[in-house]
Amino acid sequence: MSKIWSALFIIGVLVSLIGGHGGEIMGTLTESAGSAVTLCLTLAGAYVLWLGLMGIAERSGLTQSLAKKLRPILRFLFPGVPDGHAAQALISMNLSANILGMGNAATPFGLEAMQEMQKLNRAPKRATNAMCMLLIVNASSIQLVPTTVISLRAAAGAANPADIVPATIAATFVTTLVAIVIGKVLEKYS
Amino acid sequence: MSAVTLIGALLVPALIVLVVVHGLIKGVDVYQAFIDGAKRALPTVARVLPYIAAITIAVGIFRASGALDAVLSVVAPPFEALGIPREVLPLELLRPFSGSASNALLQDVFMQYGPDSDVGRLASVLMGSSETLFYTVALYFGSVGVTKTRHTISASLIAEFFSVILIVNFVKYFF
Repeated sequence: MSKIWSALFIIGVLVSLIGGHGGEIMGTLTESAGSAVTLCLTLAGAYVLWLGLMGIAERSGLTQSLAKKLRPILRFLFPGVPDGHAAQALISMNLSANILGMGNAATPFGLEAMQEMQKLNRAPKRATNAMCMLLIVNASSIQLVPTTVISLRAAAGAANPADIVPATIAATFVTTLVAIVIGKVLEKYS
Repeated sequence: MSAVTLIGALLVPALIVLVVVHGLIKGVDVYQAFIDGAKRALPTVARVLPYIAAITIAVGIFRASGALDAVLSVVAPPFEALGIPREVLPLELLRPFSGSASNALLQDVFMQYGPDSDVGRLASVLMGSSETLFYTVALYFGSVGVTKTRHTISASLIAEFFSVILIVNFVKYFF
């Protein structure tokens, strides 16, 4: 991450200078930093809502029973997370929110899951296999209802904005399987 | 509004009601439980802000400088040779870096070719089946202080590559 980040940063500044946009560098940097803060405020709203509701679901036993139902999948994908561990419930919440296209809810659950998985990590600077798998599954996107795309299609005047749903479900299913297989293979060599 | 859109719009509100009602049935002090859960929100956001800022700033300057466009034009020909249409290529290559930028490109595709064109539909499916990888990695690993992300990025990019080729070749059978 350190290499990728510094490469983006340094190349960005150098190319701006060479291209004669040197004067705009500070503006771009400040604007990006500002948009990060704006994004965090938006996220804060979503986190308050979803972590609040999860507080209820945790105490009523809903998250644990969801985790129990998903246990076969969780055991296969995240063998490093023991049955009944708090991370298991959070991972199932994250996966379910993703599947339902609730991106705003998936993130706080995922971050809480990372927090719990870090407690199982013996080398805190190094990602565990389970953490990598959670990221790989999240990055491949497993949503059944692509809410953002549907609303953009509706805005663009599509005859039937949701007609891409079956193709997206098929695509997302196959791509997630591909991602899981590649993740399982590569985790042995990294 | 079609049935799928309607279900999509009502599903989440229904789930929220279900969570609260289930809590009441189980005798949970739902108000206090909500407060206790929500307390975790701001510390989480405060913890991830520096990581979000770092990636947004770096991607921001890389895009604004024109370096991103230069990289895209260099890597475009081999991807085109694999059958990925030129029209959706920028969208697909930008996807791992920026959600807002790729959303904007998706809107461009809709404007130019229409949402119901082959290209418009392909772009929609591509967008719906991938995520902003670098942002997600920065956010998730940053929040727990993990710096060695191991195979996460390589595995995701390889998977993305194969997925795009699969989607480009098979999406036409769905319409």
